[in-house]
Amino acid sequence: MTRETRETRETLAQIVTANALIEGDVVYLAADGSWTRHLTQARVLDDKTEAEIALASADMRSSEVVGCYLAAVRMTPNGPEPAHFREDFRRRGPSNYAHGKQAAA
Amino acid sequence: MYVYDDFDRDFVAERNRQFRSQVQRRIDGSLTEDEFKPLRLMNGLYLQLHAYMLRVAIPFGSLNAVQMRKLAEIADRFDKGYGHFTTRQNIQYNWPRLPDVPDMLDALAEVGLHAIQTSGNTIRNVTSDHFAGAAADEIADPRPVAELIRQWSTDHPEFQFLPRKFKVAVTGSPVDRAVTRAHDIGLRMVVQAGEPGFEVIVGGGLGRTPMIGKVLRDYLPLADLLPYLEAVVSTYNLLGRRDNKYKARIKITVHENGLEKVRDLVEARFAEIAPQFDAAETTRQLTRIEGMFAAPALPDTADLAYQAAYQNDPVFRAWADTNLHAHRAPDHAIVTISLKAHGDTPGDATSDQMRLIADLAEVCGHNEIRISHEQNVILPHVARADLPALHKALRAQGLATANVGLISDIIACPGMDYCALATARSIPVAQEIATHFDALKLEHDIGPLKIKISGCINACGHHHVGHIGILGLDRAGVENYQITLGGDGSEDAHLGERTGPGFAYDQIVPAIERIVRAYLDLRLSRDETFLVAYRRVGIGPFKAALYDSEAEHAA
Repeated sequence: MTRETRETRETLAQIVTANALIEGDVVYLAADGSWTRHLTQARVLDDKTEAEIALASADMRSSEVVGCYLAAVRMTPNGPEPAHFREDFRRRGPSNYAHGKQAAA
Repeated sequence: MYVYDDFDRDFVAERNRQFRSQVQRRIDGSLTEDEFKPLRLMNGLYLQLHAYMLRVAIPFGSLNAVQMRKLAEIADRFDKGYGHFTTRQNIQYNWPRLPDVPDMLDALAEVGLHAIQTSGNTIRNVTSDHFAGAAADEIADPRPVAELIRQWSTDHPEFQFLPRKFKVAVTGSPVDRAVTRAHDIGLRMVVQAGEPGFEVIVGGGLGRTPMIGKVLRDYLPLADLLPYLEAVVSTYNLLGRRDNKYKARIKITVHENGLEKVRDLVEARFAEIAPQFDAAETTRQLTRIEGMFAAPALPDTADLAYQAAYQNDPVFRAWADTNLHAHRAPDHAIVTISLKAHGDTPGDATSDQMRLIADLAEVCGHNEIRISHEQNVILPHVARADLPALHKALRAQGLATANVGLISDIIACPGMDYCALATARSIPVAQEIATHFDALKLEHDIGPLKIKISGCINACGHHHVGHIGILGLDRAGVENYQITLGGDGSEDAHLGERTGPGFAYDQIVPAIERIVRAYLDLRLSRDETFLVAYRRVGIGPFKAALYDSEAEHAA
């Protein structure tokens, strides 16, 4: 476990995520600087400093989003996948009803 | 039922007007989130995982039909057609949009409801016995006192920025259905020299440091209630810690300072402020409130229809055996409508279900509805003669599940399906336990058993006082569930004991089954409930059932 955790810290990329101010739903920072509802369209940040800078500038957009933070992702052939189950739920929606993002999918 | 007067109406309307303006200023960029957050929290608005969440107070869990219909209307107009009833006797809407919230609050105000002080470091919604005013075992209806406390605590200028949130529960019965020993202040009605007063319990609470409350005063005369409560909260406001959020609740204040010191400070403060309270005016106000909670006239009725259905209809009989409770009028019953249909989300009700409950309350329930901290709905005054028709009507909307007090009547917090604080999911664990034991057809054989599930250590699901408690945690990026046994939220309040290492998401239901089968094997008879058996044999046999077999499987 320890080895895996260390490896995780070293190699995982990150994305900037938040909740939209008006709807409250989950959004991700896209490559063009807009906010997207889809993790697949999120800008993937490999470099730690670059990620911190992206977060700091996203944090200033308080009229668009609330609660920006960096979340770890794993790169797969299908694009970025959440490294943690919390982020998996955020991109999908609750497990008891087909509400949230999964409803639109 | 308390009816708003002009003061209440004007107060709520003004508060809603202020909040509408605050929302507008947040949206137009005049307020930052840091500025807006405390304002929205004061009005019950959270931002959760997937959306905003509006928590609406249902003071002491009492509603009338018109209010319930309004909750249904709000669910349809502004949400996804349902609401979630919580362990704090509140209702939560999981999907509002920020610009709609002021309209939701105005709609609530039309029927005398609000979301004030359902969040933040204030005195929260006062909770009470969901059988208040109806139970045969009651000294007096505690709701007038609860309403008095609500009026005293709402917007109390001294108590808007307490070290931490503050929860008060009141019961009028020696049988504690309000978990008073797990509240910041618990008030249990007691009689001394023929006069009802309160035993004052302080410093109970669950969360990351669970504690059973301690008796601060054996007997508090009713006339002293408000100055004494003010003295307790005032003492806490100064003495409580503000340096560490996790040590800020009054349970820690009492623990660190000792009950004696807290008692001395409270009594000194009480002596100081009591003369400023107008006891006669408080009594007048309490009398006025009591008039609004007058028990409905319950005409004598023959219960032949009930007897016939009970003899001839096994489905009705099963429901009557689990979902009815003794009313002080023997020809009436207290009906618990289960919001725990097997496989459904504990505490959720659709707008259609809410409207049906409202209709039934009007037709045969004297227009009274209660929400319990166990996330069910109660019709407190139903003539036994009306029960067969009521049961039939409930079946039409999936509301006739006969499981109150049984293994599938599970308390579950929203967990990581909704809550931003959660560390694991609660709802699907509850759903799977319910469907699993339903499929095994063991539920009625197992008998009374309270399972309570929390999705993080904050313990909204009351897991510490579950006969079986389940706590969902994040262990190295994987959901993991710890089990506690022997907890009890009643007048014999006890905290559950941890069994040992937790279980993975796909192993928690089999683990619960091993506990239950161990109980079935070791109980002396069907009359020995899980909790009684646990107290007799201790945790040992259950640990063996949980972990020895796991070792065998691994071997």
